[in-house]
Amino acid sequence: MAFTALTKDFSRLLRASLLAYHKNGRRALTLSASRRCAIYTTDPIDANEPTFDKILIANRGEIACRVIKTARKMGIKTVAIHSDVDSNAPHVKLADEAVCVGTAQARDSYLRMDRILDAIKTTGSQAVHPGYGFLSENADFVQKLEDIGVSFIGPNAKAITGMGDKLESKRLAMAAGVNTIPGFDGIVKDAEDCVRISNDIGYPVMIKASAGGGGKGMRIAWNDDEAREGFKLSTQEAASSFGDDRILVEKFVDNPRHIEIQVLGDKFGNAIYLNERECSIQRRNQKVIEEAPSVFLDEATRKAMGEQAVALAKQIGYSSAGTVEFLVDSKKNFYFLEMNTRLQVEHPITECITGVDLVHQMIRVAKGHSLKISQKDVPIRGWAIESRVYAEDPFKNFGLPSIGRLSKYQEPLHLPKVRCDSGIEEGSEISIYYDPMICKLVCYGDNREEALERSIKALDAYVIRGVTHNIPLLRDILTEARFVSGNISTNYLPEVYPDGFKGKQLTSKEKAELTAVLASVYVKDALRSRNFMNAERIKVNSRIPSSWSLVVQVAGEDVPCEIKVEDGAFKVTVEDRVVAVDSAFDLASPLIEANIDGEQETIQLIKLGSGGEIRIRYKGTAFQTTVVTDTAHRYLSYMPEKPKVDQSKVVLSPMPGLVKSIACAPGDMVGEGQEVCVIEAMKMQNSLVAAATGKVKAIHVKEGETVEEEQVLVELE
Amino acid sequence: MFAEHTCTDFGMENQKYPGDSVVTGHGLIHGRLVYLFSQDFTVFGGSLSSVHAKKICKVMDQAMLVGAPVIGLNDSGGARIQEGVESLAGYADIFQRNVMASGVVPQISMIMGPCAGGAVYSPALTDFTFMIQDTSYLFITGPDVVKAVTNEDVTQEELGGARTHTTLSGVAHKAFNNDIHGLLNLRTFMNYLPQSNQDQAPIRQCDDPWDRDVPGLDTVVPLESTAAYNMLDVVHGVVDEGDFFEIMPNYAKNIIVGFARMNGRTVGIVGNQPKSAAGCLDINSSVKGARFVRFCDAFNIPLVTFVDVPGFLPGTAQEYGGIIRHGAKLLYAFAEATVPKITVITRKAYGGAYDVMSSKHLRGDMNYTWPTAEVAVMGAKGAVSILYRGQSDVAKYEKEYIDKFGNPFPAAVRGFVDDIIEPHTTRRRICQDLDKLATKKLTNPWKKHANIPL
Repeated sequence: MAFTALTKDFSRLLRASLLAYHKNGRRALTLSASRRCAIYTTDPIDANEPTFDKILIANRGEIACRVIKTARKMGIKTVAIHSDVDSNAPHVKLADEAVCVGTAQARDSYLRMDRILDAIKTTGSQAVHPGYGFLSENADFVQKLEDIGVSFIGPNAKAITGMGDKLESKRLAMAAGVNTIPGFDGIVKDAEDCVRISNDIGYPVMIKASAGGGGKGMRIAWNDDEAREGFKLSTQEAASSFGDDRILVEKFVDNPRHIEIQVLGDKFGNAIYLNERECSIQRRNQKVIEEAPSVFLDEATRKAMGEQAVALAKQIGYSSAGTVEFLVDSKKNFYFLEMNTRLQVEHPITECITGVDLVHQMIRVAKGHSLKISQKDVPIRGWAIESRVYAEDPFKNFGLPSIGRLSKYQEPLHLPKVRCDSGIEEGSEISIYYDPMICKLVCYGDNREEALERSIKALDAYVIRGVTHNIPLLRDILTEARFVSGNISTNYLPEVYPDGFKGKQLTSKEKAELTAVLASVYVKDALRSRNFMNAERIKVNSRIPSSWSLVVQVAGEDVPCEIKVEDGAFKVTVEDRVVAVDSAFDLASPLIEANIDGEQETIQLIKLGSGGEIRIRYKGTAFQTTVVTDTAHRYLSYMPEKPKVDQSKVVLSPMPGLVKSIACAPGDMVGEGQEVCVIEAMKMQNSLVAAATGKVKAIHVKEGETVEEEQVLVELE
Repeated sequence: MFAEHTCTDFGMENQKYPGDSVVTGHGLIHGRLVYLFSQDFTVFGGSLSSVHAKKICKVMDQAMLVGAPVIGLNDSGGARIQEGVESLAGYADIFQRNVMASGVVPQISMIMGPCAGGAVYSPALTDFTFMIQDTSYLFITGPDVVKAVTNEDVTQEELGGARTHTTLSGVAHKAFNNDIHGLLNLRTFMNYLPQSNQDQAPIRQCDDPWDRDVPGLDTVVPLESTAAYNMLDVVHGVVDEGDFFEIMPNYAKNIIVGFARMNGRTVGIVGNQPKSAAGCLDINSSVKGARFVRFCDAFNIPLVTFVDVPGFLPGTAQEYGGIIRHGAKLLYAFAEATVPKITVITRKAYGGAYDVMSSKHLRGDMNYTWPTAEVAVMGAKGAVSILYRGQSDVAKYEKEYIDKFGNPFPAAVRGFVDDIIEPHTTRRRICQDLDKLATKKLTNPWKKHANIPL
């Protein structure tokens, strides 16, 4: 018995010490929070204003952490909810209390209203912040909270219902005098109905879930076939994501910009707009890079859009932070798209340029305070850019989800004017159950150039190992001429990268620089390899070479170079260039701050492998390279070529996910491009097609199975 | 250089090549001396003549004299048939030297072409055998003879290719893409090894801070005690720069062995791999682990062991295959080893396998557990079914058992583990201990040689 008691005691001790450690480990977070205080200058927290004692955050990940941080500063106790797999997640550690509400699948935990309501009761929480996603726009949930006298930190149920339904919201918007897009004013019955309506409106059309948002259940169709296909997929996605498969169709505005207005209202009928966010850089209708303000809007348009948004908010009695999304065409005509009745993912950029803490305002308003800020108090202060860092492979369709364990993770918080909103830490697992977002990297400055420059530096210094991430694409967009000039639309990605994203394309100067760095890493390692601290018995031969002839294999090319060690620097001769690399870097740190010809460049050494293999991240993209001596390189040319495996006879899973359906059976004939199965990952359905015509030899998976990336699903004969 | 074969039969007296079918010599790898020989397939198919053997013996003798590693680049069709028994004598001379050098200087074989017959036994006697994918083969007899004797149809690749030997037979320790890739990796590999058994494990200049915290380790063990995780995540997190030269990565995957550095010092890593067969010990993993442990002990390389083992694999296949005898090899190897031994129990350490995996009882120097450790005779289910046979309230007893044994405490209060550590401090702990243990002196009683259960 004594033993058991001891054990319990001990585990408590362990837990306490672990916690103490995490408090230390969070030094970086505290630092960023204190720096964020510098952001929130407009209407700072008033410690004397009455507020809630305890709130529950009905969410996970970065947004839960984000809400908890402001709540703490306001002196409010916080309660986190979590699924079993999230037991050790940062949002759980950050909160004062935590309640487990079920198992991994969101519908068994974060969407379980009954259990969340129980958690609210047992913890005595006075209010609930829903974050975004999950229950944030669920009027039913808001109603249930109202019934038990708990405040919902968000709008009232009526506003959510009105705006949550795309048809209803359009009617309300029209009534408020907001410009809307032409479209079909009703629910689509079936695929053929969809085709008929599409023809009435005229292609291209947008098919989308009535209950939808965030790009889920949305498809664009340019002809009858696509309309049929789009209807099918959207219906399925809508059913699985929102439990509501109603679909509607509207005119698709070609080449539009996606610009949204942040609004903020209170319970006394006051509403203001906090300027716009430009969210045009999207892939598959999901945002990738957002900025505020927009380069495209002039003062008059901004004012017109803002006033319409405020009119809508007032019309529906909106009493929280919300976002009115518009499509803006090249002539600055704008059309109402939808209103999101929640805190948006990209809210930090608005906070950076206006100095308003939106979470603070949401909590104040929910408590029943009126807005202290009036429209004239809302500034546009500099420029902010948000890059959404996702665990996904940007080389596949601008980003297919990837999963894995963050074996190393370092946010670039040592750089000035950088804000990282994340809900993960080193050792966290990115799983198929939740959104694959790693972090929202927000960089700000006095103007767009500064924000861009800081973003690039921050991306270069962002260390993420263990999962494939989209930094290569983000970094490339931020330096791409069209983006830099501000000439963007929602079609930006397919237009700029018509053949898909292929990674950073090196100029000859960059290639020489990269070669020089690689050669320097090689030589540094070679010198270290002979530097033994305890070789007393056998003297290590002291004739250390002073120059090397190397061949660097990078980006499909063999680049010969000569390298010499000269007063603390590596002098590398590549073709006719001489590049000097300061030798004062070390091979253990993930970041190499290399001084190349006097310019500071942040390069990441991902893996120094054996046999001269070096994996390095340069200007965003990871390059798998080999550095060998010229002798070894000469012999390499005699090595036999390895035969390539024919990939067209197999269908591989492009990402980890769940097999939703299989459309063929062994022995079936399939044509090239015919769908063989559908994989669902992170709630997106991906139709996989046969790469060649042939007879199905074997199917290696069953419906409902989870599959890994590159797993063979179907084999053809 | 000028040695020529002495055969005068079958017209061989008319075909002479200076140096015959082997090139021998010495050189430096990263400034350190090695002796090597490279068989030349272009001269009589690399076949072994008496002078070929003499040349190899000569470099091996020199290597033994000065205490430096021997590297063999093997590419030999086998015995020089024309020379008859002289060739066989040559083989035996090499074998004898391989055995004498075993445990004195590291011996490495790199198979770079088809090696058949007698040519395969010298590599088998050496410490490590590496192969080249698609172009190197090792077999006693080639496919033609196999067909004639057993009527089996088999290709060279299936019979003795790199894939076969690195995944099925366990004859080879690693395979590389091509010859150059293999040689470059060999250079990297040699950097981990001491020159001889007279030298300490090398300490190389190290950039990675020895006291670096590894926060990722706090969450590596899943909350579910039966869920799998990758022990390589632990190894990569702990060692210098995540740099791990794995030995036999594709054979008996339920145990991980390989070389790494901790604060610059070479260490041998042994770890159960929960991702593969739950990390249990079976015949192949025991033999793989035992051979590696003995190499490290022979060459003064400290052993760091990560334990998550549910026990030995049950079943007729294992019992008939002699799991008792083979499992005993790993037990023997750890018990006999006198190098510094540091053990970290990350989760399960059940039954006899707990004893085997470098436990305190086998003279472990520092034995740690993580808070997630469970040290017990067996899992809760099995234990309850024996202790409370026929009782209905199984769940209650299981819970009771888990409360009692599902933690590191019973082992810790008895001193069988030295400390329960927070996972993120593992690297710093091991580095400190290795420094302390650098002067460890421990000798086994005098014996002619020990009698490991082969």
